[in-house]
Amino acid sequence: MSAVYDRVKELLVEKFGVSADEVSPETTFEELDLDSLDLVEFAMAAEEELGVRISDEEAETIATVGDAAKLLEEKGANVGGA
Amino acid sequence: MAEARPPVAATGLGLVTPAGIGVEASWDGVLRGVSAAATDPALVGIPVDFSCAVPGFDATELLGRKLSRRLDRFVQLALVASREAVADSGLDPAGWDGTRVGVVLGTGMGGAATWEEQHQKLLGAGPAKVSPLLIPMLVPNMAAGQLGMEFGALGPNLSVSTACATGATAIGVARDLLLSGACDVAVAGGTEAGLTPLSIAGFTQMGALSRRTDDPGRASRPFDVDRDGFVAGEGAGVVVLERVADARARGASVRALVAGYGASADAHHATAPDPKGRGASLALRTALADAGVGSSDVGHVNAHGTSTPLNDATEARVVADVLGDHVSVTSNKGVIGHTLGAAGAIEAALTMLTVAHGVVPPTANLDSQDPEIDLDVVTKAPREEPVEVAVSNSFGFGGQNAVLVVTRP
Repeated sequence: MSAVYDRVKELLVEKFGVSADEVSPETTFEELDLDSLDLVEFAMAAEEELGVRISDEEAETIATVGDAAKLLEEKGANVGGA
Repeated sequence: MAEARPPVAATGLGLVTPAGIGVEASWDGVLRGVSAAATDPALVGIPVDFSCAVPGFDATELLGRKLSRRLDRFVQLALVASREAVADSGLDPAGWDGTRVGVVLGTGMGGAATWEEQHQKLLGAGPAKVSPLLIPMLVPNMAAGQLGMEFGALGPNLSVSTACATGATAIGVARDLLLSGACDVAVAGGTEAGLTPLSIAGFTQMGALSRRTDDPGRASRPFDVDRDGFVAGEGAGVVVLERVADARARGASVRALVAGYGASADAHHATAPDPKGRGASLALRTALADAGVGSSDVGHVNAHGTSTPLNDATEARVVADVLGDHVSVTSNKGVIGHTLGAAGAIEAALTMLTVAHGVVPPTANLDSQDPEIDLDVVTKAPREEPVEVAVSNSFGFGGQNAVLVVTRP
């Protein structure tokens, strides 16, 4: 997977207390026991860490960790290098 | 006066206090009689920079990462205390009929730390940086709500708030729910986690706190002639209550009975007690009538005893007037400080332990009893004393009073 995916996974582990081996691109936020409030927090963390703003409408389309990484990539998330 | 009502049984106790985490650590701590007050790193820069905090409360270790992240500390403390109380009761939430289980769990302040932290975010980074968890973390009813989720308790779920009387009011209201038949089991108590810069600055400004910053361990000294205010504390106290017949039928170990409850208002002033103690006196007399006991039956008083000049003088007069001079008196606040919304429940649980063990804990730092206070206050060391009937007093800002009568089963 991409560098953005790796960063998303890191965020979930660091900020949400998810264990790294639970996470795969197909894992849903629901399976990680993360609800809609967590998803809002996730969007805020992603904006802070990756410089990409996710709107509420966009956040609603996220089901899996892979969805989140893909959305952030499409929106030009900046991982490292900068 | 009210007519006497039947008692209910306390079958489980849970405590998280500045004296320690758990009933055993808390009871040992109050028996030792050494104040838990210490300089508080969270209060640097505040004129009163000490408190009675719960030592070594690691929420991640006790509750896991998810709950430690999503719950304000006041809910975390309540959750740990209530888990202990329910386990102690021998009831199994996996097997009980949750529709018959009620929760009455109050707080004076709610999520003070969350308010302050998120207000900083609003001011510093703007509204988009405010956490979506702000509201569920800070609302004062979330401790009761979370306990409902924790135990699958689907019955009446209430949060009461009567300032420093909250914990006692919660136990009284839970008693009423049981006697009315609204539930068969009640998880009841109080919780508080308000040791934050803003709230302590506020208490300081109103002149309520001891200013003994050079010697925090000597600051909380109920009934002492040199008392100068209370020491703010945090914690949670929770009891599991059942009707006596139900508790007996399942062979539960009954720690003590809640035999009476009296509630009243001073209708006098926002913070000062009625100088004649009329509200406190009414609550005490009502509680005795409710329990069906006379003043001569009462052997012991667990006082509100905040260590403020006004409270202790007024309360002492009320106790002497209503009960006379034959009762032993203690205030746990010398050791654990004033745990505000939790105090009434923590101290009710400690009163139950006094009744169960026949031991009255000493009032810490009572070196020289105020000559105006004509009571037999236990000090220096625990006193072995068989107590059949005890009273636990709680008086809140706003003039809200709650008195519980606790008896030996």
